[in-house]
Amino acid sequence: MGDKIADSARALSTLIRARYLRSFSHPGVRTLSVPPPIVEFRRVSKSFGDTRAVDAVSFAIHPGEFFSLLGPSGCGKTTTLRLLAGFESPDPDGGEVRISGEVVNDRRPYERRVGMVFQSYALFPHLSVERNVAFGLEEHRVPRTEIPGRVERALGLVRLPPATFARRRPHQLSGGQRQRVALARALVLDPAILLLDEPLGALDLQLRKEMQFELKALNRSLGMTFVYVTHDQEEALAMSDRIAVMCEARVAQLGTPADIYENPRTEFVAQFIGEANLFGGTVGQGGSGAGGPRVVTMGDGRTFQVPEHPAVRPGAPVRIAVRPEWLDLFAPGAVPPGENALPGVIRDVVYLGETMHVVVGLANGQLVRVALRNEGQLLNPLPWRRDDQVMVAWRPDDCQVLEPA
Amino acid sequence: MSSPRRRLLAWFARRPAAGSWALLTPGLLWLAAFFAVPLAVLLGYSVMHRGTYWGVSPGFTLEHYRRFLDPLYLAIAWRTLWIALATTGLCLLLSYPVAYVIARAGRWRNLLLFLVILPFWTSFLIRTYAMIVLLRGGGVINSVLMGLGVTTAPLDLLYTPGAVLAGLVYGYLPFMVLPIYASLERLDLDLIDAAEVLGARAFSRFRRVVLPLSFPGVAAGSLLVFIPSLGAFLTPDLLGGAKTMMLGNLVQSQFGPARNWPFGAAVSFALMGVVFVGLLVWLRVRDAEAAA
Repeated sequence: MGDKIADSARALSTLIRARYLRSFSHPGVRTLSVPPPIVEFRRVSKSFGDTRAVDAVSFAIHPGEFFSLLGPSGCGKTTTLRLLAGFESPDPDGGEVRISGEVVNDRRPYERRVGMVFQSYALFPHLSVERNVAFGLEEHRVPRTEIPGRVERALGLVRLPPATFARRRPHQLSGGQRQRVALARALVLDPAILLLDEPLGALDLQLRKEMQFELKALNRSLGMTFVYVTHDQEEALAMSDRIAVMCEARVAQLGTPADIYENPRTEFVAQFIGEANLFGGTVGQGGSGAGGPRVVTMGDGRTFQVPEHPAVRPGAPVRIAVRPEWLDLFAPGAVPPGENALPGVIRDVVYLGETMHVVVGLANGQLVRVALRNEGQLLNPLPWRRDDQVMVAWRPDDCQVLEPA
Repeated sequence: MSSPRRRLLAWFARRPAAGSWALLTPGLLWLAAFFAVPLAVLLGYSVMHRGTYWGVSPGFTLEHYRRFLDPLYLAIAWRTLWIALATTGLCLLLSYPVAYVIARAGRWRNLLLFLVILPFWTSFLIRTYAMIVLLRGGGVINSVLMGLGVTTAPLDLLYTPGAVLAGLVYGYLPFMVLPIYASLERLDLDLIDAAEVLGARAFSRFRRVVLPLSFPGVAAGSLLVFIPSLGAFLTPDLLGGAKTMMLGNLVQSQFGPARNWPFGAAVSFALMGVVFVGLLVWLRVRDAEAAA
């Protein structure tokens, strides 16, 4: 079963690559070692009335990449995807959308070689599964004799046995099966780019994980570029080659999942992707010790050290983000030398399975989350209890200096 | 402790079906008294002999149904059928675009719907008289045409099948707009986007996605227009005159001036038969579509 799928996936991907190269008219393309981006947004803006849904957004997507647009609802990620699909055109003077190097601002969706999977699946309720999948082939005037074979292959690709499912109507399918039909309907046309708008939003957790894995596998085996919109940061981290985190119509940060998690540039990114404790204060003027150039003094007079960073200038206000798992707890007086440490009282201990979160209230009232790895909770119970006096500590390098907002 | 009210509620709680019957009974009684009984009486009349001056006299005969097959009456039946079909078709052509625009009209939607049903605020009779004012020899349309020099003499607009058609289409338009609007309003716009990204041009998106999904509205609207058009009486009477008699007028004249109640009843049942057959055909077509 698995081998068959891999085989058909390989066959389809060879086919797609052959078509892809043929469709490429750019003369310099074979001499370049790095292929040009398949998608490029150059300062693209889109307004609806007085609202800017997308504001001067720029990014490039490489062929074959799994690229995610991640952000809270209303951040502009879906509009960005619709601009790429061709359902929306950028504002006049609203920049350029390029596909394979060509400006496509005013091209209709069917002139862009893109496929799309909608959050609602958007299966045609009056057509059977096989007619749904055949729809695009019929619209593209694919010879009648070729259609059944291609439909069957596409259904095989998404692991829906045609014998069982071909004649069913969408309302006779489960959510996961509809999802697969929507995917097959898009894939059957061999699009250069597959656009996915929160496709797993309506599925339960188990099925989501399964589909995440399958989507990623399809992306690899087909060599097709996937552009994936989601508000679920875990999903984006798990699947993406690169993520563009969007906030208020702009790209807040673009990078690999690890890059974005480890080095969030702004407070928004730090808090939207994973959890973050924020500490702020003023950088010292000079000399060494408490007033030194890499020492930050907080509002209550306590200090911590920060690594080198452009935002760390004498006298400047600065904020840092520290992930819960970068923090550690010590008894007062037991903090290793060289670590930043702030005193506090344990307010709560939350057991989460693989980790335990200890919530510590600092003297200034701020609550700090510390994640401790579960090293056998039953054999080695935590030495900490509620109301214990503790030191929250981290190494000066284990933090991310945030850019001023 | 157990008041009569409580006992009653407990009795109904033990018998869910009794509750449904209790809710259905008033409506059923109404229909029985004013629909089923008169219908049975009428069916009886249609096979009895004609009374000397009016009404019926006892006996059994099928002569009235036989008489309906006379070419004179079949011509009226034929005219009725094609006027009803043409009314339905014209209403459909005029209503679909209107319903489509209203379904996409955003904040104007409620205002437009209100305008569609606005004519119902005046009596149908008055509106039909207003059409006479428009269509008659010295009426508004002829005055304008002659004033502009398009025509030299008044056109015969009133008392033609065209006038009847215009009146029926005008009268029944909202019954077509509203169900089509309802089905288009429910249409998931993602489906149209999905069709476009799959390669469907505008006409194809309409023909393959929008139209089939609004079919329930089209079917409901067509029935709501076709059936009353078949039985129309007031409009052909006022706008069609004697030359454009429809079955409704025939029935009326038999119970009225012609004083032939059994024949009037037979024509009524023939009309019901036509509607019934039409309905069966429509259901067949619909089931065939659903199975395809």
